[in-house]
Amino acid sequence: MAQGSGDQRAVGIADPEESSPNMIVYCKIEDIITKMQDDKTGGVPIRTVKSFLSKIPSVVTGTDVVQWLMKNLSIEDPVEAIHLGSLIAAQGYIFPISDHVLTMKDDGTFYRFQAPYFWPSNCWEPENTDYAIYLCKRTMQNKARLELADYEAENLARLQRAFARKWEFIFMQAEAQVKIDRKKDKTERKILDSQERAFWDVHRPVPGCVNTTEMDIRKCRRLKNPQKVKKSVYGVTEESQSQSPVHVLSQPIRKTTKEDIRKQITFLNAQIDRHCLKMSKVAESLIAYTEQYMEYDPLITPAEPSNPWISDDVALWDIEMSKEPSQQRVKRWGFSFDEILKDQVGRDQFLRFLESEFSSENLRFWLAVQDLKKQPLQDVAKRVEEIWQEFLAPGAPSAINLDSHSYEITSQNVKDGGRYTFEDAQEHIYKLMKSDSYARFLRSNAYQDLLLAKKKVWLP
Amino acid sequence: MCDQTFLVNVFGSCDKCFKQRALRPVFKKSQQLSYCSTCAEIMATEGLRENETLASLKSEAESLKGKLEEERAKLHDVELHQVAERVEALGQFVMKTRRTLKGHGNKVLCMDWCKDKRRIVSSSQEHAVTMPCTWVMACAYAPSGCAIACGGLDNKCSVYPLTFDKNENMAAKKKSVAMHTNYLSACSFTNSDMQILTASGDGTCALWDVESGQLLQSFHGHGADVLCLDLAPSETGNTFVSGGCDKKAMVWDMRSGQCVQAFETHESDINSVRYYPSGDAFASGSDDATCRLYDLRADREVAIYSKESIIFGASSVDFSLSGRLLFAGYNDYTINVWDVLKGSRVSILFGHENRVSTLRVSPDGTAFCSGSWDHTLRVRDGGRWAF
Repeated sequence: MAQGSGDQRAVGIADPEESSPNMIVYCKIEDIITKMQDDKTGGVPIRTVKSFLSKIPSVVTGTDVVQWLMKNLSIEDPVEAIHLGSLIAAQGYIFPISDHVLTMKDDGTFYRFQAPYFWPSNCWEPENTDYAIYLCKRTMQNKARLELADYEAENLARLQRAFARKWEFIFMQAEAQVKIDRKKDKTERKILDSQERAFWDVHRPVPGCVNTTEMDIRKCRRLKNPQKVKKSVYGVTEESQSQSPVHVLSQPIRKTTKEDIRKQITFLNAQIDRHCLKMSKVAESLIAYTEQYMEYDPLITPAEPSNPWISDDVALWDIEMSKEPSQQRVKRWGFSFDEILKDQVGRDQFLRFLESEFSSENLRFWLAVQDLKKQPLQDVAKRVEEIWQEFLAPGAPSAINLDSHSYEITSQNVKDGGRYTFEDAQEHIYKLMKSDSYARFLRSNAYQDLLLAKKKVWLP
Repeated sequence: MCDQTFLVNVFGSCDKCFKQRALRPVFKKSQQLSYCSTCAEIMATEGLRENETLASLKSEAESLKGKLEEERAKLHDVELHQVAERVEALGQFVMKTRRTLKGHGNKVLCMDWCKDKRRIVSSSQEHAVTMPCTWVMACAYAPSGCAIACGGLDNKCSVYPLTFDKNENMAAKKKSVAMHTNYLSACSFTNSDMQILTASGDGTCALWDVESGQLLQSFHGHGADVLCLDLAPSETGNTFVSGGCDKKAMVWDMRSGQCVQAFETHESDINSVRYYPSGDAFASGSDDATCRLYDLRADREVAIYSKESIIFGASSVDFSLSGRLLFAGYNDYTINVWDVLKGSRVSILFGHENRVSTLRVSPDGTAFCSGSWDHTLRVRDGGRWAF
């Protein structure tokens, strides 16, 4: 096996890609694994176990690992610890010595730690040629423990077909590896063989098992060596080593320009001038909001009559579709102006109230501007004109009351006729309605009667 | 710079603007010219600007950042979880899977709920007949429920009108709306079927008119791929938040295209952002294995949701209706449920057999759905048990 003696880490980790998402996880796992093996600070006991006529070197039990994880990572539930252990195994840092499937069990099953040479943080993407060499070499060694599993035999057969033309080369490499292996001490070989096998269990997993080397394609371009020629596990160099079939996404690296920094400075100055709230106030506000809405949150307070997903009864949704709002729903309209505007039925009730006071033009204007913003681009100019004529032009049938400043701005905007023509006006009308009409609506008999379920809604 | 100790009162035509003014001598590249005072001042400030090196600008920016941090720290008088100590604890949560959807032949990458609270659209990495590109990373339901938008490695966002006629070829009715120069990572309709907001690996977000395909506004500022976005829930809202591989979360004004607030406390890519239901705050999920809560009024990170035993990245986050619970899907196949106010974990949900890639609470909050690389979607809900 092409492993240099004392070669703890084939490729160093101290380089810019340390911050790539995969590396962050690998670093954390390596930290855990290192601590686990450190007997000075309460690591897991690593033993040589006697079995029949031979010894099993350098193993730990599943129970010990799970216990250690619970104690050192403050995990209360063993299920969670087992799950984390399984993930660490699936990533390739620890493995069961008698199974190709990489999971962790909370029992006496034996596990071994993976050699740093094979750690995923070295960004191995082993080629099929390497895998072929490996499987080939396994068949050359006459050991029961190295017998190929069914899926491995199938893989080998497929590779023999695929590499028919260069099989001689592969065979030679396999022989060379066998020679190197023979020179090693028996116990060392047992350990190395198992570690090598575990490496391949990660990169060529048992069918049906998760392939943990699969990457999120959006993050692929930050691989350590996306364009470089692959390094071989067995040190094999070939003329025609193929590129990884990863979709290499091109992103020109944009250097920060002076203009970028000037913009940043402007932005920072604006932020410094911003008026912010104290944390205590913010905390009170977040708590108050949450407490107010807890009774409306079906995942906290069971929905009435029932949650359709639990009971398979859609009564809840039917009630919501009907025009008869529940008391709870009516109560919600009083939480904020936005609440009543969001709710179709609430909006209708509010509109009727305003109509009874002959002041519905404000709400109708607000609704018209909301609708304007939803229009496709080609219809915007027309709608702007319509809204202007209806609500703002001299002699408009539904004239709204704007202060002269807003009116000025709006009439200027109308000339361009864009989607945001009436933003300023809409904001003014919103504030006006909120402080005046909305407040009166909440105090009105119409609303109070609904709230106390004394009356039904006004129907059109 | 002009030498102002010699003020020669010459009146004549300025060498720059040619207006009849009082002139003073000015040296430009060792050539003496006569400028009026206005042009002389302009030249002086320009000279100043040219003297600003990248380094001096950077150090100015750094000192401003320090000052900003100082100012914000003054308002940091208490922690959210401390104030929240008086809030009643939630007790045990039991979440059950109500539906497991197995239609996909490959990894589920994205999902969205229809406003009817019952239907879901999801996308995956597969060679499906109807969608012509593999790796569809983003999908969204139109507010009317009559169309969906999706896109991914094709760098586009396309809108497909929905039809229940199985014989109709959906691909034929497709309308290409957005064009980016790199993969599409997220898309969302605004409160109308007529506009779509997109985020892309090209580092920008953009707002598009669906009918014409015209770009209405673009948003530049992220220093790397933008991975996620969420529109503010306000009725009059014109803002949205985006998160990217530059570890920044940015809040944008849709009208002007300007960034109005930015937050940079995560240690790795931000995979998911979602507004708190009141719109005053938002949560983020990141590859640094934490979720964080940022409040817009405090302009600060106000909570961090993490545990020593959680070491894999959070891929997707969403709030329950009241904002009390934060659901987060992780790359370790689990979903952690957090108490937003107290900062503690309420529950951990197992079930998926590979990464959880997407997670959304239904529009009325009655359930939440998670999609995973294990090819399935699970709809879950739960009840609360008292202590």
